[in-house]
Amino acid sequence: MQTIDLSDVGLRETNKTLHAQAADTNQTQWEIINPRGSHAIACGLDAPIEVTVKGSTGYYCAGMNQQATVNIRGSAGPGTGENIMSGKIVIEGDASQYLGATGHGGLIVVKGNASSRCGISMKGVNIVVQGNIGHMSAFMGQSGNLVVCGDAGDALGDSCYEAQFFVRGSVKSLGADCEKKEMRDEHLTLLQGLLDEAGIDADPKDFTRYGSARNLYNFDVDNAGAY
Amino acid sequence: MCGIVGLFLKDKSLEPKLGEMLTAMLVTMTDRGPDSAGIAIYGGESAGRTKMTVQSDDPDVAFDGLDKTLAKVLGGTVKMTIKSTHAILDLPAGTTATARTALDEMDRGIRVMSRGDSIEIFKEVGLPKDVAARFDVPSMSGTHGIGHTRMATESAVTTMGAHPFNTGDDQCLVHNGSLSNHNSLRRKLRRDGVHIETENDTEVGAAYLTWQMQNGATLGEALESSLDDLDGFFTFLVGTKDGFGVVRDPIACKPAVMAETDQYVAFGSEYRALVDLPGIENARVWEPEPATVYFWSHSSAPTSSEKAA
Repeated sequence: MQTIDLSDVGLRETNKTLHAQAADTNQTQWEIINPRGSHAIACGLDAPIEVTVKGSTGYYCAGMNQQATVNIRGSAGPGTGENIMSGKIVIEGDASQYLGATGHGGLIVVKGNASSRCGISMKGVNIVVQGNIGHMSAFMGQSGNLVVCGDAGDALGDSCYEAQFFVRGSVKSLGADCEKKEMRDEHLTLLQGLLDEAGIDADPKDFTRYGSARNLYNFDVDNAGAY
Repeated sequence: MCGIVGLFLKDKSLEPKLGEMLTAMLVTMTDRGPDSAGIAIYGGESAGRTKMTVQSDDPDVAFDGLDKTLAKVLGGTVKMTIKSTHAILDLPAGTTATARTALDEMDRGIRVMSRGDSIEIFKEVGLPKDVAARFDVPSMSGTHGIGHTRMATESAVTTMGAHPFNTGDDQCLVHNGSLSNHNSLRRKLRRDGVHIETENDTEVGAAYLTWQMQNGATLGEALESSLDDLDGFFTFLVGTKDGFGVVRDPIACKPAVMAETDQYVAFGSEYRALVDLPGIENARVWEPEPATVYFWSHSSAPTSSEKAA
């Protein structure tokens, strides 16, 4: 285990050290202490390493992540895991707004709640939240899965494409063109897999699936007068 | 961007350190807005007295003999403490309106930063660390306070454009965000006789709250109606004589983090601002919900009310 004291080493050096790890590095376990809510911690990693941040983080922690596993032992600030490509991010506390925005792949797990705009414009990332999520989540979500064990806020999945949403609790309101869907066997299997990967004990049968009604996909000529 | 901090002390033993704690929080937020900074401190009141904080760009001339001149007009003792470009005027209770008129008539370019029994507002152009040092904020004690560091977007970088804005006796407002309907709202409020000095959007927000309260609304009601009448982005932190309140617009894209322990309630634009507070590791830390008005007060239990969509 390599330990980096962020308040001592500084952000640039810390990220530079992590970026220097090659695919075949022997130093696979890293620990960052004294994060003190700093921005952009462990951003842009691209190696199969595991980084554990001991405390709460600020904006954009683990953004653009590839391959790496980043554990946040605290709460995470806005834009955590933005544009994640692969790998895994686990947040022990709460996550602030636009978690995993535009994420293309990988998995993000939140043990607490996620705030507004969770998974906005998601493009393939899987996000599993043990608590609740805020308003406008998965706005324009294109692909990937958003799993919510608690409740979802206003306008879930507004203007979504092919991203799927599984919510166990209530949904305050659905966004434009988002609708309730049937839970078929393949969805139960998919959801069970995601919950297992996230290490969350929940029964897929308790969830409801939501997704695009696909009414906004094509221009409706009857609406021409509105433009 | 702008950065906001606030600290409401439950533990009286921390009161002598309020200025020091609030300054450290505000300095951490410097990179959210380095244009200008301000702080409102509620330092406590004394019976039969009230206070005004005033500012001048030429303090040597403007404040010269000001206490004696005011004492004559008001007919009581006036104590003046000069701190850089600001002066704290300690006045007989109930004389702030008369004092304000007298200051206008003197025509010395003196501007009123705050009025009230407990509040003192200090604000200037410059970095938070310089502004705090200039007014010796770290040495101030008090029950609660709020601070702001500004990145100007809607109007010029001036002292009067800096936050906090005094919205009424012992009330003040700081804002992170930008209001988009401030021009039309300013015209409407001016037609109703509300004095608005600058082209700043937050001043309009502050004037709006004052106007609502003059028309009988409580501060809580005024904040709730601001959710209907103010268009734009805002996280507001509002100081009152005995506490503070928080409200975010329904979109809530401007960040806000709160922390509460047995000793204090703290607000920061980011968690970074809170990391040096005592016992923060075990504090309850959360984000205030959008379109919900929160209040903490020394005289009553905390409240939060969600505005129906």
